[in-house]
Amino acid sequence: MSATAETAAAIRPLSVEFDEEQIEDLRRRIAATRWPTKELVADRSQGVQLEPLRELARYWLDDYDFGRIEARLNALPQFVTAIDGVDVHFVHVQSAHEDALPLIMTHGWPGSVIEQIDTVGPLTDPTAHGGSAEDAFHLVLPSLPGYGFSGEPKEIGWALSRFARAWAELMNRLGYSHYVAQGGDVGAGVTDAMGRLAPEGLVGIHTNLLVPALNDPGALPAATEEEQAALAAIKTFQTSGNGYFVEQSTRPQTIGYALLDSPVSLAAWMIDHDTDAYYKIAGAFVEDKPSGNLTRDHILDNVTLYWLTGTGASAARSYWEAYGPDAAAAKQAPPPEVRLPVGFTTFPGEIWKTPRSWVEKSYPSVVYFNAVDKGGHFAAWEEPELFSEELRAAFKPIRQGRHA
Amino acid sequence: MSTTTETATGIRPFTVEISQGQIDDLRRRIEATRWPTDEVVEDASQGVQTAFLKELARYWAEDYDLGRLEERLNALPQFVTEIDGVDIHFIHVESPHENALPVIITHGWPGSIIEMLDVIEPLTDPVAHGGSAEDAFHVVIPSIPGYGFSSQPTEPGWDSARIGAAWAELMSRLGYTRYVAQGGDQGAGVTDAMGRQAPDGLAGVHFNFLDAIPKELLTAGFTPRIVFSHDEREQLGKVVHVFMRGYISEMGEHPQSIGFSLVDSPIGMAAWMLDHDPDSYTKISKAFLEGEQTGNLSRDNILDNLTLYWVTGTGASTSRLYWETSRSATASFKNPPPHMRLPAGYTVFPDELFQSPRHWVKHAYHHLTYFNEAEKGGHFAAWEEPEIFSEELRAAFRSLRDEGS
Repeated sequence: MSATAETAAAIRPLSVEFDEEQIEDLRRRIAATRWPTKELVADRSQGVQLEPLRELARYWLDDYDFGRIEARLNALPQFVTAIDGVDVHFVHVQSAHEDALPLIMTHGWPGSVIEQIDTVGPLTDPTAHGGSAEDAFHLVLPSLPGYGFSGEPKEIGWALSRFARAWAELMNRLGYSHYVAQGGDVGAGVTDAMGRLAPEGLVGIHTNLLVPALNDPGALPAATEEEQAALAAIKTFQTSGNGYFVEQSTRPQTIGYALLDSPVSLAAWMIDHDTDAYYKIAGAFVEDKPSGNLTRDHILDNVTLYWLTGTGASAARSYWEAYGPDAAAAKQAPPPEVRLPVGFTTFPGEIWKTPRSWVEKSYPSVVYFNAVDKGGHFAAWEEPELFSEELRAAFKPIRQGRHA
Repeated sequence: MSTTTETATGIRPFTVEISQGQIDDLRRRIEATRWPTDEVVEDASQGVQTAFLKELARYWAEDYDLGRLEERLNALPQFVTEIDGVDIHFIHVESPHENALPVIITHGWPGSIIEMLDVIEPLTDPVAHGGSAEDAFHVVIPSIPGYGFSSQPTEPGWDSARIGAAWAELMSRLGYTRYVAQGGDQGAGVTDAMGRQAPDGLAGVHFNFLDAIPKELLTAGFTPRIVFSHDEREQLGKVVHVFMRGYISEMGEHPQSIGFSLVDSPIGMAAWMLDHDPDSYTKISKAFLEGEQTGNLSRDNILDNLTLYWVTGTGASTSRLYWETSRSATASFKNPPPHMRLPAGYTVFPDELFQSPRHWVKHAYHHLTYFNEAEKGGHFAAWEEPEIFSEELRAAFRSLRDEGS
């Protein structure tokens, strides 16, 4: 087992600090927001509605505690280490349980480590959260380069496979010789890439977004009602709600200016991710009815993190690298199949509900599939307990193999 | 011939007034811009480049005369009249020449009436600009609802067809019983709709953008099996590319989401508007970085347009037009609009997003009476090359004058 003390040369402890002036400037800008007229429809069909965003701005300015991010993050052991020329920030919580399984979990966009920090307790200390000691994980939560407190890449080429290689190096540097990986959203892309790369030490992956389905939905089974419904949901997303995806994967710098300069624009761009998450977040602000753990404070922790680190443009560039037609990744040969054991959980509010048949087709080495009854795209964030139970169950066969 | 002084139909003279407070606030925001890190490429492949936008911001805050906009517009006769529940702002310049042909010219996005200001003289006073008295036009330049000084629709449904119908009412209200219409970009969509509606009095249309890309061509664009000539395949590739631009997706799907930034951050707005197409981007960026201006696309002219969008706070309402046209385009795949029977003229500008081959245009507009390839100019043809653009309008509409005189 690693200890960060042993590799002091390369791994430095980090604590988060924001100066008061940054926060004052943010508050000033929120207060000075110039608002557009109201949308002409009664739903999300023209995008983020004026009323929830005004309420978000009001809460941000009047009620939100700007010290929260510092307090929440600094309560956890955080580190920085340079990998492949970029400083990688990560949270690293070791379980008290012997034989805990090391797990590296990757956030996506518009997420961050904020999405994941409420799974730290259930995953590292399962006995306090309805699990048993055999369910314990040592948890590594890195910030993707260009996101949060990681450094920004200064050169092109940081596509999913490069993140994957950096994560393998990180786990190696932490002394983990036997570990698993997990991710949703962009994090699912990174985790899928790790699975294909199969670095030494990686023994299995779990994702909660089926990456191959976005790459080539036409290649998936479309016979059953469930499969048809999933295809239709992908099509709806691609024709009525993926403007952000097209913009970030082709023109990240263009949208980056607004994301750095206007807090309310940043919030609007970030909460416009998918229909399910949008309505849940809007409900949290307008009716004070959060869905699960998606509270007003948690939403604003994440938006505030993007604002204070000024990473709107650099995070958007990760789409250009991963999905853009101009990036090198687009011209590369497809990576090999995943042969490692794969687990997958379908959350019902996700952009599409992934059928078991799609997972089997995408990952012939699937060892775990489950469809749960709560949670959406930001599963770890919205339902941290349920999400943690899924990880325990998904990786159980892999732990057993390890002891066999 | 009408005169707006008769105002019996509710046409009110209009003067632009921009308060010092608005100007100070704009300058303060530009100076307080929080900038991202530079793009990590050497070209515009990640979007608007930081060095260019920083120079634009510097010029906007320090050198640009923020009083220009008011001055330029108020030098022209401007009016407002309510049509279909929306206040329509328009410029109306009558030619001193008898028998001048009335023309209504429609701007697009990210344009405005600013694009058209420098064609007013060549069109209304051709003798002073290399033409003859027989080439004269009375010029009407309206702001699309939601744009500039027109008011914003408060209900959905303001697509090209509804705007086209409003323009017919406007021309009728001005007393014009025989007129022509012209447009590029979204203005081509409006002009196309007018041509198909063929309201009383409309005698012909001219385009510098093919909004009515024939359905079968578009379908073919997504079906590479269908064989075209090499040149056509290249053009078709460009057409398909237009629909893959982020701004088209975002404004067509979620105009309100991007609208927040367009109204709150001048630099966010400028970046979004300047990223329209590679040709105009390159030209505008050169104007700022190298002081090398293409045609009439000067730094001041560019900033007049950005400043107009900013002071009118129309970032969201202008974007909604894409949402409307995207919906009506989808609907028209199922229920195609009627053929256009009116005479149509078309000018291909060499730096436009794509260069329509003649038979594409002919396919869309059976009664094609004029087709020409101009030697210079891009997407913002009237703005960039006002003299050439005006010559094209003279030539395109020449054959339509005789019938009426």
